[in-house]
Amino acid sequence: MKKFLLKGILKDKGRSLLPVIVVSLGALLTVFLYSWVKGVMGDSIEMSSNFDTGDVKVVTRAYARQADQYPNDLAILGVDTLLEALKAGFPDMDWAPRIRFGALADFPDSLGETRGQGPVAGWAVDLLGEGSREPERFNLPAAIVRGRMPESRGEVLLAENLASRFDAGPGDSFTLFGTTMEGGFTFVNYTIAGTVRFGATGLDRGAVLMDLQDARAAFAMEDAAGEILGFLPVFHYDDRMAQEVVSRFQAGAGSGDGISGQDQEYAPVMITLGRQAGMAEMLVYAEAISGMLIFLFVLAMSIVLWNAGLLGGLRRYTEFGIRIALGEDKGHIYRSLLWEALVIGSIGSILGTFVGVVFVYIFHHVGFNFSSMMQQASMLIPGIMRPAITPAIYYIGFIPGVLSMLLGNALAGRGIYKRQTSRLFNELEV
Amino acid sequence: MTDNAIVTLRELYKRFPAGKGTFTALKDINLTFGKGEFSGIVGPSGSGKTTLLNIIGSLDTPTEGTATVLGKKINVLSQKEAAALRNNGIGFIFQTYNLLPVYTVYENVEFALLLQKISAPERKKRVMESLQWVGLADRAASRPASLSGGECQRVAIARAIVKRPALVLADEPSANLDSANSHHIVRTMKELNRELGTTFLFSTHDEKVMQYLDRIIYLKDGAVEKDELC
Repeated sequence: MKKFLLKGILKDKGRSLLPVIVVSLGALLTVFLYSWVKGVMGDSIEMSSNFDTGDVKVVTRAYARQADQYPNDLAILGVDTLLEALKAGFPDMDWAPRIRFGALADFPDSLGETRGQGPVAGWAVDLLGEGSREPERFNLPAAIVRGRMPESRGEVLLAENLASRFDAGPGDSFTLFGTTMEGGFTFVNYTIAGTVRFGATGLDRGAVLMDLQDARAAFAMEDAAGEILGFLPVFHYDDRMAQEVVSRFQAGAGSGDGISGQDQEYAPVMITLGRQAGMAEMLVYAEAISGMLIFLFVLAMSIVLWNAGLLGGLRRYTEFGIRIALGEDKGHIYRSLLWEALVIGSIGSILGTFVGVVFVYIFHHVGFNFSSMMQQASMLIPGIMRPAITPAIYYIGFIPGVLSMLLGNALAGRGIYKRQTSRLFNELEV
Repeated sequence: MTDNAIVTLRELYKRFPAGKGTFTALKDINLTFGKGEFSGIVGPSGSGKTTLLNIIGSLDTPTEGTATVLGKKINVLSQKEAAALRNNGIGFIFQTYNLLPVYTVYENVEFALLLQKISAPERKKRVMESLQWVGLADRAASRPASLSGGECQRVAIARAIVKRPALVLADEPSANLDSANSHHIVRTMKELNRELGTTFLFSTHDEKVMQYLDRIIYLKDGAVEKDELC
């Protein structure tokens, strides 16, 4: 009987091709929208994590209170010891000491006179260390517009927009004026190794990236760092996992002997991404928005596909009448209708999910560049947005695809039970 | 009830609600149809022919009286039991053929056997045999859309007889056919009636069909007006 029904599905395009196309499109759109919403929200959080907050961040208690000012005079001392303790206490995580600073960049002309000056936001990260994952975190190889990665001390990367504004480029030098950890004045010459565009408008306006050792030398921060960022061994930020790390740290793990000193002003404290300025709201917002969008879309697609199932069932009213007259049990017809819906829904969902996943992978790789629309944005928003590749993209399309088809056919099929056999002759002979 | 009776109707009434009252479609019907009969129920529209066929075909139940078909009391059958009776014992031929358009002639005829869970080789044997009886073995792979009206009705006959039912109910089988085709299909059914011993019961007012019938029951306003052997 199943073979017979399958033949019917294959031969009747109105029963197979059309519903499969509708279900496929529904599943495709669901997969893509789901990964798009997750991607955009996840990218924003991931970007914040990589550039600014880490999944967890270790700073001194005093630094934490004024974290938005990056007060390097309150930086962590004895970083090497603390890093060793963190690596020992949390071996699965990656730890990255960083120095954030604000400074003035002075671009000279050919005679060495000031040609232009501008404020810069600086990141000092481990660019030159062997096996460092910081360049990858900043997506540097791909972000370089001109020039190359720094290969030696004294070489820095400059935001392309900033470099263009001062007509500077790879090989040119500039002077950075800043403040040491002790509050003294410092100025150091650097060579531009390359220019970068991160795709985050806030950063692209005036970022300078240098090796941590250069910043330590410039700002008299030997064995010090403003913050140590910790990255969880997961693709996307996991707040529960981060909380667990913080709890263990507070309980003494990874804090190192004689360093934690919970009551000391300069004792290191660990903060999750979710507890850092504005990020808790961001996480809630991302979850709420993505949840609502996905729910609404899945619901809308479900209604469309349910309708398709309903129409498909009604279209076969005569066929069901013939089958009842020929002696097929109503329950058997109803079950066969659901079986067909399951087959159509599954085929459509598989096709739609497959195409959807392919699109997700393609656009995840290529990305959508919205940076031109966000020239004035000061938030850390990714200029290039990409759909996210998550395990859910492999099954989310089946919710509207299979369940709605089943539901639509289940509802349409109720007519089979309501049908009065005594009317069959009249109905079938119209 | 005679020994070879396959349909027995006793004091049968069928009433339908109509407005605040009821409409009596069948009144005090007492009929018996024996094995191998080739009979027709004749009467004008609204005389109750189709209602009677519905009850005999276990598609409807009487309001009063009893209808016994192939040993089963129609009055007390559940929906499943009625379906099983139709599946195993009754074949239907409709005025408008009602073939499943997406399936081939072979598959349309085979469908009746699928419900009986008959093995594939046996199904094939019986389907081809039925198609040979109606002279359409060479059109087994065709779709109904490519057949003439007469051919479609012959496929419907093959579908009705493929499961070798004891009873075939045909509701106005010639209504959509021209004269030549009407004669052809009734002659086909008459031959099957003789060869297989299948009971054929028609609802008709077509003179061309009536001339082949062995027995004609005239219905008027829901009651048997005349029951005569031809």
